[in-house]
Amino acid sequence: MKIASKEISAVSLVQEALDKAKKYADYNIFISMNEEAALNRAKEIDAKIAKGEKVGRLAGVPYACKDNFLSKQGATTAASKILEPLKAPLDATAIEKLEKEGAIMIGRVNLDAFAHGSSTENSYFGVTKNSADTTRVAGGSSGGSAVAVALDIVPFATGTDTGGSIRQPASFNGIYGIKPTYGTISRYGVVAMASSLDCVGFLARSAEDLDLLMEICAGQDPKDLTTLPDYYVNREVKEPKKIGVIKDFDSDAIDSTIRGALKQKLDELKSDGYEIVDLEMPILKYALAVYYIICPAEVTSNLSRYDGIRYGYRSDEAKAVDEIFGKTRSDGFMPENKRRIMVGNFVLSSGFYDAYFLKAMKARTLIIQAFEDAFKKCDVILAPVSPNPAFKIGEKVNDPVAMYMEDILSVTLNLAGVPGVAIPVGKTESGLPLGLQLIGPRRSDKSLLAFAGKIGNSLDKEGA
Amino acid sequence: MKYYPTIGIECHVQLSTKTKLFSEVDNDARGKEPNSCVSPVDYALPGMLPRLNGEAIKYAIRAGKAMNCKINQYSRFDRKHYFYPDSPKGFQITQFYHPIIGEGYVELPSGTKIRIEHAHLEGDAGKLTHFDTYSLVDLNRVDTPLIEIVSMPDIHSSADARDYCKELWRLMCYAGVTNGDLYNGNMRFDVNTSLAPEGAKELGTRTEVKNLNSFRSVERAIEYEIKRQSKLLDSGEKVIQETLGWNDATGETTGQRSKEEAKDYRYMPEPDIPPIKLSEEFIKEEMEKVPMLPNDYREKFGGVIPNDTLEVLLDYPQLMGKLGELSDKSIKNIANLFSSVLLAEEKSSEMLEQLPTGKQLEDLSEMKEKGELSSTGMKEVFAKLFDPQMKTKDTCNIAKELNVIQENDTGALEAIVDGVIADPACAQAVADYKAGSEKVLGFLVGQVMKASRGKANPGAAQQILKQKLQ
Repeated sequence: MKIASKEISAVSLVQEALDKAKKYADYNIFISMNEEAALNRAKEIDAKIAKGEKVGRLAGVPYACKDNFLSKQGATTAASKILEPLKAPLDATAIEKLEKEGAIMIGRVNLDAFAHGSSTENSYFGVTKNSADTTRVAGGSSGGSAVAVALDIVPFATGTDTGGSIRQPASFNGIYGIKPTYGTISRYGVVAMASSLDCVGFLARSAEDLDLLMEICAGQDPKDLTTLPDYYVNREVKEPKKIGVIKDFDSDAIDSTIRGALKQKLDELKSDGYEIVDLEMPILKYALAVYYIICPAEVTSNLSRYDGIRYGYRSDEAKAVDEIFGKTRSDGFMPENKRRIMVGNFVLSSGFYDAYFLKAMKARTLIIQAFEDAFKKCDVILAPVSPNPAFKIGEKVNDPVAMYMEDILSVTLNLAGVPGVAIPVGKTESGLPLGLQLIGPRRSDKSLLAFAGKIGNSLDKEGA
Repeated sequence: MKYYPTIGIECHVQLSTKTKLFSEVDNDARGKEPNSCVSPVDYALPGMLPRLNGEAIKYAIRAGKAMNCKINQYSRFDRKHYFYPDSPKGFQITQFYHPIIGEGYVELPSGTKIRIEHAHLEGDAGKLTHFDTYSLVDLNRVDTPLIEIVSMPDIHSSADARDYCKELWRLMCYAGVTNGDLYNGNMRFDVNTSLAPEGAKELGTRTEVKNLNSFRSVERAIEYEIKRQSKLLDSGEKVIQETLGWNDATGETTGQRSKEEAKDYRYMPEPDIPPIKLSEEFIKEEMEKVPMLPNDYREKFGGVIPNDTLEVLLDYPQLMGKLGELSDKSIKNIANLFSSVLLAEEKSSEMLEQLPTGKQLEDLSEMKEKGELSSTGMKEVFAKLFDPQMKTKDTCNIAKELNVIQENDTGALEAIVDGVIADPACAQAVADYKAGSEKVLGFLVGQVMKASRGKANPGAAQQILKQKLQ
């Protein structure tokens, strides 16, 4: 807005973002920068404004792109070796929509390779550090996105959330993040992780900014058959009255700082006149197991295309065709990628399909029903995002099960397809950000964001 | 020992839709550069998602109708995983659990019914060309829509197998869902053959011969397998369940892999394509678009066109369609022209694409029936109906231009006959006839024809000669 009214030029805004990115290089946020192209775009936009031409709603706003989106600008790595980086001939639908409104991508940010992880430690390009404590992880997989926004390098970043990958790093870094209802934003041009769980979303410094990004990017896309007819743009907002609390989440497995933050927020809401409703959702204790069957199955399938034949990395040692597949994939994937490929192949193999995959699909239906039932009793649910604040780098990386436990509270939303918004609610005594998530029924994203803006902490005295 | 063969056939039919099954790329790669009909969706760029070609769904419904199959209102796609350079996604999108086409049957010309187990939609693979030290990949064919038709093991002879494949081919061509070009792989057959002692309750071990692309090779491959398996069984050996290739030159089946590995395709529901739900009305509407099928024509033309001719003509839906436009009295003449003239032409395939109008053919047959054209004249005019210079004209005008209309005018004919009788060169013949020699009549008719420069109707000339010489 300030840019359009000539208070700040797009060039100075982009330059400032680029300078900050350099200043925070030690955090290892960016995989690649778009310096020249970004400044050129900013000049174009300034020229348009000078001529009094109409500019988009994001004219001159710099942003960071999680490096699993394709765009004609730059090259995509998905933080892996196997893409070697990939120069794409097209823009992901979300990127196309952002750029059309004048947003300027200043660079591509780090993630766990192929978004497999909860700490951005599984990246071929090294670990990204937490914005509040560089000895701790950024969270993941959208770790680079979260730190770039938290350090105020850019006002927003794109993200993807398959099992918490937007919400968890957002709350580890004290910012806002939305995982929309499944099918709200097109997945076209986004490197697939697990197709039935993947959601494109954003990380930003306020719920208001997230709402604008949703206004721009939500909607049906003929290139993604799973997108929903638009339910978001210019829709009315409904204020919730009843706030649900999932009692099954209230256990010792969750850090006292997080439980304390939740209790405090609930007390505030209660005194503000909201009704607090206790929810029993026992099926959720199976959510993590269900997730770690369905997700690897779809992962193994979606990663099958990386075979060294048509693009990306191919092992030099490979001669025969089986060697091309074998050596390329052995060298090109990270250990966590391989772990999920193996689990996925196992649960899909004949003889195990019924016992694992099919059973998990049935349990998933029950989880969907459990949320439908819950939203008959309340309007929104307030819950923790993760069992703990940001943990130490290296603390869990060699303990896959502990790492998977990180997702125990976040994956349920992806299985159910319902939206979730991570909101910052405070800090631990040692200064680590604390976040919670608001969960709503399918298609309630706009109301959810409005409420998130109301109850979440404010980061900025002034917006971008 | 005598063995009883049991045969099941899987047939892949390439659908002739405008675009591919999952992208908007041209589906007709004939004569095009390798890898020129390929989109990022087809070559599986990361982040690409399949779209779904609605035309292919309609084609599947029509194909199903042609095979008397039930169309499932609910169907879905699945992923079938395997690594091979011809499969860019690392999986094929197919319908493993919920196919669009359910049970049905195909009736052979002999009356035997072969049941269809199901048929499903799927994307085709690319093409590999192997050289000494390298191979080339052409992805033009990737995700061309296919329907795979799976028969029940209802076939028990190589001849029935051939007839089944041929009838399937005809059905798909009549339903208008494929170009039907076998040479270019538009239809490919996988044949499962097993032998069991006559009267045995259980089936024997089967082998599968893959990728046969002619009816003849289906027949030969089965004959070869029956012989090969009989020999094995006679000598007490076992038939190994394996996939075989067919060498058309040597007439033998060959093992494709030395080590037969049990494949696990790790099927999984395709999460990027929501299930297909079809309304009854939609299915009905599409089924009604299926034109007359071979059996309908057999019924319609059975008494009119001789069986042998009919079976030949049935290979050409265009000809059947054209015959269908004609009135009953013209069908026999025109069917005869189609089989004896058109199909004998070197350029018959081009001619099939530009058949004369129903009216032109109708007129042609009528002129013949009225005696205005001789058989030879009819054939001459028929040929000109394909001539770019002539084809837009009326049949009658073409006949006039060719000067082949027979002289039926009794007055004019009588004058010619009178001339012949008066001709001294014919005096001897006339005298012989009057003396009772019938055989000279032919000579005299010939003279009339000659005097009329071929335009006289020989029947009429004979009639008049007989009258005059009485």
